[in-house]
Amino acid sequence: MNLETPIAVAIHDLTVAYNHKPVLWDIDLEIPEGVLMAIVGPNGAGKSTLIKSILGIQKPLAGSVLIYDQPFSKQRKKVAYVPQKGSVDWDFPTTALDVVLMGTYGSLGWFKRPGLNEKKAALEALEQMGMLDFRDRQISELSGGQQQRIFLARALVQQAEIYFMDEPLQGVDATTEKAIIKILKLLSSKGKTVVVVHHDLQTVPEYFDWVTFLNVKKIATGPVKHIFNDDNLTKTYGINYKVSLQTK
Amino acid sequence: MNLQHYFQQLSTDYTLLIITLGTGILGGLCGFLGSFAVLKKQSLLGDAISHAALPGICLAFLIAGVKDTHWLLLGALVSGIIGTVWIQGIVSRTYLKQDTALGLILSLFFGFGLLLLTFIQKMDNANQAGLDKYLFGQAATLMAQDVQIMLWVSLISLFAVLLFWKEFKILLFDIEYAKTIGLPTKYIDIFLTSLIVLVIVMGLQTVGVVLMSALILAPAAAARQWTNKLWIMVLLATLFGALSGISGTALSASFSQMPTGPVIVLSASVIVLFSFIFSPKRGILMREIRFRKSRRAIKLNKALSLMYRIASKHENVLVPHGKRMLNDFKGYSNVIFKKLERQGLINYRQNSWSLTEKGFEKASNLYNQLGKDE
Repeated sequence: MNLETPIAVAIHDLTVAYNHKPVLWDIDLEIPEGVLMAIVGPNGAGKSTLIKSILGIQKPLAGSVLIYDQPFSKQRKKVAYVPQKGSVDWDFPTTALDVVLMGTYGSLGWFKRPGLNEKKAALEALEQMGMLDFRDRQISELSGGQQQRIFLARALVQQAEIYFMDEPLQGVDATTEKAIIKILKLLSSKGKTVVVVHHDLQTVPEYFDWVTFLNVKKIATGPVKHIFNDDNLTKTYGINYKVSLQTK
Repeated sequence: MNLQHYFQQLSTDYTLLIITLGTGILGGLCGFLGSFAVLKKQSLLGDAISHAALPGICLAFLIAGVKDTHWLLLGALVSGIIGTVWIQGIVSRTYLKQDTALGLILSLFFGFGLLLLTFIQKMDNANQAGLDKYLFGQAATLMAQDVQIMLWVSLISLFAVLLFWKEFKILLFDIEYAKTIGLPTKYIDIFLTSLIVLVIVMGLQTVGVVLMSALILAPAAAARQWTNKLWIMVLLATLFGALSGISGTALSASFSQMPTGPVIVLSASVIVLFSFIFSPKRGILMREIRFRKSRRAIKLNKALSLMYRIASKHENVLVPHGKRMLNDFKGYSNVIFKKLERQGLINYRQNSWSLTEKGFEKASNLYNQLGKDE
């Protein structure tokens, strides 16, 4: 990472509160272009809230977020979002292909329906996630891992520059985890910026090259090689954390 | 009058035709918009809105002094909206959940409405007679003008849904994602809810405040059973709703003394019941049948694979074995032997069985697939 690398996401003084308690406090964070970043922290640390605030789903009390030097509302087409799997009703009457097609809605604009080009893009994204055979499957008939892959395919269709993913590896089996990580690394190798809320500390050094420690406040951010250590883990989780670092 | 008589009358009796048209359109519209309400998890909101409309009807009558349908429905609309706003306010400002807020507002408004209704009925005003019809509705009061309004609202709703189809769809499925691609979810939401409130208020005259929400829910719930595609669900719900409306009117006109509103709701409920039991994919009956079939298949396979294991210990795998060899195991009844024989997988004679070649082949395939860990 040299000094010339542009900043994809710049967050200044971001503070978010739900009721009386601040969920995020004075976050200053710069995410350089092209990193594959994990956000780690204990439950209630504000990891999902951070992503939702960047994407304008959650209104902050104070602070600003810039995507390539502009507010998010002007940069929507550069950004794709993968929500937590549990945030939607999977018994909704629709098929896998239909959900992936939703990824084209943003670029289509009002009134227009997805056409042949959109369908082709959606099928390609399904194939990339190894889900082509399931395109006509009702989404409730998919396994948890397959549902997660559908969500990822929907984000891929958006052809974005920055991807925000809220726990994409939550509750998926080993095959799906591998498939997802493969795609994340592929995106990263194409220079895309990928930001992932992640829970499994053991896999951070293997999967990611950048990491942000979060617990209401930002504890640390930087390359995994330099800052993924016991000191920061202890500061973030409040207990003496020991992980054996397998630096690559 | 009987049903046959009803259909004969339909071509000559203008009033009957208007009522039939009105209830049919109302039912269809309720099913149409109800699909969205149900998928938005707002099925109970309809119940709260319709109950909250009662005090509005009564107050509108007290203010206007006459029983003019449009005035009363305007009152219903206003108090229905106030109720909805209060519910949203409670949910966003307190720790109460949506269902609690709905229950509170529903009973508060309905109680107040009943109070006003009693008060009005004790007044010395000949005009008040019939205001209580809004409790359970009275389709007979429908006039050409009302049907015209319903038609307009239907056209507007149809147009809006066709125009904003993909926006509605993504709002219903994944509202947070919809926000990130720049949809003004709040306004789409308000627009959709307004249409639902409007159709509920329109239905009060026919079905009444108590049962109105059933006409929103029932067709959509029934339609969901038959399809996994949104547009088919919406279409079916519209059909089911219209069918309930028309059959309700036909039945209540054919047998005197039957109130139209409740009969419409009962017709819708019959469709729901039928769908819940008989729909091929999600119906209780078909699920039970599928469940039993697959259990039986597993049982047969299990028996066959055990026979294979016994048979394959002998040089000639097709040699007969005593039936007793299987008796130690639970569930290997005569029925199972007979079934296997009927499928040509074994030969079964008195107290012995032997695998046929077909049976041996099938069993060895099974055994290769399943039996490796045994």
